[in-house]
Amino acid sequence: MSTKPAATILPQATSERTTMQQHERDWRKSSARILLYVILLIGGLAMIFPFIWMVISSLKHAKDVYDLSLIPQNPTLENYRTVFARTQFLRWFGNSLLIAGITTASVAFFDSLAGYTLAKFRFPGQQVIFIMILSTLMVPTEMLVIPWYLMSINLHWSNNYWGIMFPGVMSAFGVFLMRQFFDSVPNELLDAARIDGVSEFGLFWRIALPLVKPALAALCIFTFLGNWNAFLWPLIVTRTAEMRTLPVGIAFFSSEAGSAYELIMTAAALATIPVLIVFAIFQRQIIKGITLTGIK
Amino acid sequence: MRLSFEQRRWIWAYTFLALPLLFFLIIRIAPTLYAFNVSLHDWDPLALERPFVGAKNFQRIWTDKVFWQALKNTWLYVFATVPLSLVLSLALAMGLQRLTRFVGLYRLLYFVPYITSLVAVSWVWRWLYASNGVFNELLRNIGLGPQKFLLSPDQALLSIVAMTIWQGLGFQIIIFLAGLEGIPEIYYEAAKLDGASEWQRFRHITLPLLNPTIVFLTIVGVISSLQVFTQIRNMSSQGQGGPLNSTISLVLYVYRLAFDSLPSKMGYASAITVILFAMILVITIIQLKVLTRRYEY
Repeated sequence: MSTKPAATILPQATSERTTMQQHERDWRKSSARILLYVILLIGGLAMIFPFIWMVISSLKHAKDVYDLSLIPQNPTLENYRTVFARTQFLRWFGNSLLIAGITTASVAFFDSLAGYTLAKFRFPGQQVIFIMILSTLMVPTEMLVIPWYLMSINLHWSNNYWGIMFPGVMSAFGVFLMRQFFDSVPNELLDAARIDGVSEFGLFWRIALPLVKPALAALCIFTFLGNWNAFLWPLIVTRTAEMRTLPVGIAFFSSEAGSAYELIMTAAALATIPVLIVFAIFQRQIIKGITLTGIK
Repeated sequence: MRLSFEQRRWIWAYTFLALPLLFFLIIRIAPTLYAFNVSLHDWDPLALERPFVGAKNFQRIWTDKVFWQALKNTWLYVFATVPLSLVLSLALAMGLQRLTRFVGLYRLLYFVPYITSLVAVSWVWRWLYASNGVFNELLRNIGLGPQKFLLSPDQALLSIVAMTIWQGLGFQIIIFLAGLEGIPEIYYEAAKLDGASEWQRFRHITLPLLNPTIVFLTIVGVISSLQVFTQIRNMSSQGQGGPLNSTISLVLYVYRLAFDSLPSKMGYASAITVILFAMILVITIIQLKVLTRRYEY
């Protein structure tokens, strides 16, 4: 009986006023929302404008590049042909792919193995080893490039793939990250598998590693991006044009191209677009990975 | 001899750690110590002798005007980049969090610069900043005179800072979004019932609960800004930190001394890297102190 008293008791006029207020509040709220969408869209377009401008400039003839029109008058792929002809672009791209690929595989394997061992074994010297690895995180690479350079000259590593790669084949950050994630793998699971006769390496490879896949994926993405974009060390250690990585090659080509911005933008576009495509495919994993490693 | 189960496990542990240990000893720790050693010598890799000079390289720092310019620029760089990008990325993250449609697309727009090659985007911005580039065209259209940007000793550093903030925003936004999503909605509901205004909710709920995120991003931002090199190498004139050393950073100066001058001054360059190491060490210690503190509200 007393289920809906309010509605029946309220006089008609008041009820109308409340709906009007409600409407007004809704309208104000939704217009604020639209405004937010618009502002963030403008900001977002400003964020990607440099890339749009890069692609537009790369499609213009040399004589048109300074006219700054948003739509190229006679769009051309001539610049792309020129960049491929004048540089060893494909070689640089391949170098970067090879170096980033191998270092990523190596970091993924060795950092997981070391992280697993530090998390799941108890042995003399464990703390010392862990602190030793962790302490290397405090040393900036800039301090190490001179010793690395002297080392690679002495060992004849300079200007070859191993010379570019060796500083990055393992990472202390990765060991630390993987150790934290292996910590949460239950010991009971490993003990049960051990009783079933799984070897110690099998416990790591077949039982524990599949359980920390998200962290491993994040580590791989970070390592790959870091090595793909690395500049200082490859700049120091490479001497000949065919050994350059993509960023080093682009930097040399661009500084030699003077004010031929249509060519510089073409090279930048060639370096950027493949990464953007890969990112568009793995967007969700990459963002999740960054969140995971940033918060842990 | 029979090994106990525990001893066999030790052997496995040492086997698994053998290569990583070797790597960290030879590629990380030994070179760190060697850098100190180099900093105590006059070191030109082409010379026959590398005489021990003690602390001479460190004394030289005191009278080296370029070093002080580089140190000043590096810290200017930190203070111009870190606070502004934190404020911007927090504001953008809070905006992006309220969106209910096109969420992925919107986040993508802000995130794209972060994953692209710093070398490539440095050159793209160099083109934007060019004397007859887009930025000057915009300034002309709104009736302002053209600016010299990267060619002016007063504007070059800030021009590079602007590019760096743009490039790093996406990372900070993602971290802030994760932090914001970690704040339970119920806190806001309760505050609303108590009549707290939007600003009060931000000031007394969002900000304190984001404290660990802010500390994390500040430290990461400061350390990476102290190591700034790539964008200056690619955006300053001739890549030397010009005009008039107005953009030179510590790392660029180290690079110039060790790898871009004849005779190479690796000893002195190493001494400067030791200074950089000391600064980063102090910040890392502060970070450990702050981050291991328990947050209570």
